[in-house]
Amino acid sequence: MTPFDYERATDASSAVTRVASHPNAAFLGGGTNLVDHMRLGVAHPDLLVDVTRLPLASIDVSSDGLVRIGAGVRNSDLAANRVIRERYPVLSQALLAGASGQLRNLATTGGNLLQRTRCAYFQDTTVPCNKRSPGTGCSALDGHNRDHAILGASQQCVAVNPSDMAVALTALDATIVVLGPQGERRIPIADFHRLPGDAPERDTVLRHGDLIIAVELPALRVAAHSAYYKVRDRASYAFALISVAVALQVADGRVEDVRIALGGVAHKPWRALRAEASLRGAAATDESFGRAAEAELADAKPLKHNAFKIPLARNTLRMMLRNLAAGARS
Amino acid sequence: MKASITLRVDGEQRSLAVDTRTTLLDAMREHLGVTAAKKGCDHGQCGACTVLLDGRRVTTCLSLAVACDGASIVTAQGLARGDTLHVVQQAFLEHDALQCGYCTPGQICSAIGMLEEAKAGHPSFVTRGLTAAPDLTDEEIRERMSGNLCRCGAYVNIVAAIRQAISKGATS
Repeated sequence: MTPFDYERATDASSAVTRVASHPNAAFLGGGTNLVDHMRLGVAHPDLLVDVTRLPLASIDVSSDGLVRIGAGVRNSDLAANRVIRERYPVLSQALLAGASGQLRNLATTGGNLLQRTRCAYFQDTTVPCNKRSPGTGCSALDGHNRDHAILGASQQCVAVNPSDMAVALTALDATIVVLGPQGERRIPIADFHRLPGDAPERDTVLRHGDLIIAVELPALRVAAHSAYYKVRDRASYAFALISVAVALQVADGRVEDVRIALGGVAHKPWRALRAEASLRGAAATDESFGRAAEAELADAKPLKHNAFKIPLARNTLRMMLRNLAAGARS
Repeated sequence: MKASITLRVDGEQRSLAVDTRTTLLDAMREHLGVTAAKKGCDHGQCGACTVLLDGRRVTTCLSLAVACDGASIVTAQGLARGDTLHVVQQAFLEHDALQCGYCTPGQICSAIGMLEEAKAGHPSFVTRGLTAAPDLTDEEIRERMSGNLCRCGAYVNIVAAIRQAISKGATS
């Protein structure tokens, strides 16, 4: 690990000013990804500004139903929150599907959104990687790419976003509240993470010095009928091969409202707008669910070792819709 | 870059100067001589370094010591009251819930933290219905303890030990 200075932030705006004016500074949250990357040589900030003691650790519900989650709320506390469990079960389930009890006690909401891909080549500083060292090439493109993207990838990068939480937040139309050197701004989560294109080193639209201070969830009736399913190589404590977040509202046998996002398939949590469009107003039947899943995966492009993900994503999405529809009718 | 910090470790107030790169795990083991928490993977993947930090279970290999200034830490060696073992420790002994023992201090701290979480009503990924109080079945115990690996494969007896600790009213 290269040497670095450590400072503890006393308020959010001076933390932003400090990091923005120091080109190689980074914010420190739970540290579960950053400290590991510093040890691996993937990241080497020379100044860490610790934001974990800022007053950003509360979950507030406003009278119009908007839920504001402080960026410092730990993953375990968010998953266990009563309002989240009742109104947004997909979010609790996604959080509980990620990492382990010990890591969820450390990891923060803001940090989870910024965690980086677990592509083995990204984490291995001895091999080329456009995300880690722009312009050096992509080792996964013709390498071991079983875990990699089937949607939205580029010739420069085929890595996938590893977050479970972000998949649920994408289905829920969350808004990311960011404090930057020019003040506060709100970014819809669909616009927050990027596809790799020719700049895979940029995971998100954030600029240096931007600090996530909160995540907002809209009041969303459909969210009460939601669930998260994660397919992985072992039953617990593993990253997703495929994951699906679905919220589904059925009335009189028809799909009244639906939100879908997929994980493990792309460089960002994948909002399944085509599947949603094909379902809205359609009969809530297995045939409709199958058609929606087909539509979403129609443009999927497999790499050498991950073609299995296409039917896996299709079947998992169809199963989730079927299960939720059965629950919604009862 | 050096930093002066204070940690309360197993009930004892300790002051030390650490390089900012020092993890909480290395600060305990290399600076304070508290070696109960073990270094396994050093990447947050095995759970051998688990302690209770301000009452919550965490891995210590990914926490910087300087960021933990002022924290209160309980390791497996701070659990016993004199010669009386903590009920979770006693259960691990009675059920032979180990072979080589390297992961055991982390397993025990993790189990204690996990039982507190369950007592507070926190669900897990396998809890049926997120809003009911969790019932700690074997399936629940396995899921909640999945962050602690045991390369000897003592899992069956670890689950049995935790089940006994629950029946004896263990929380902390």
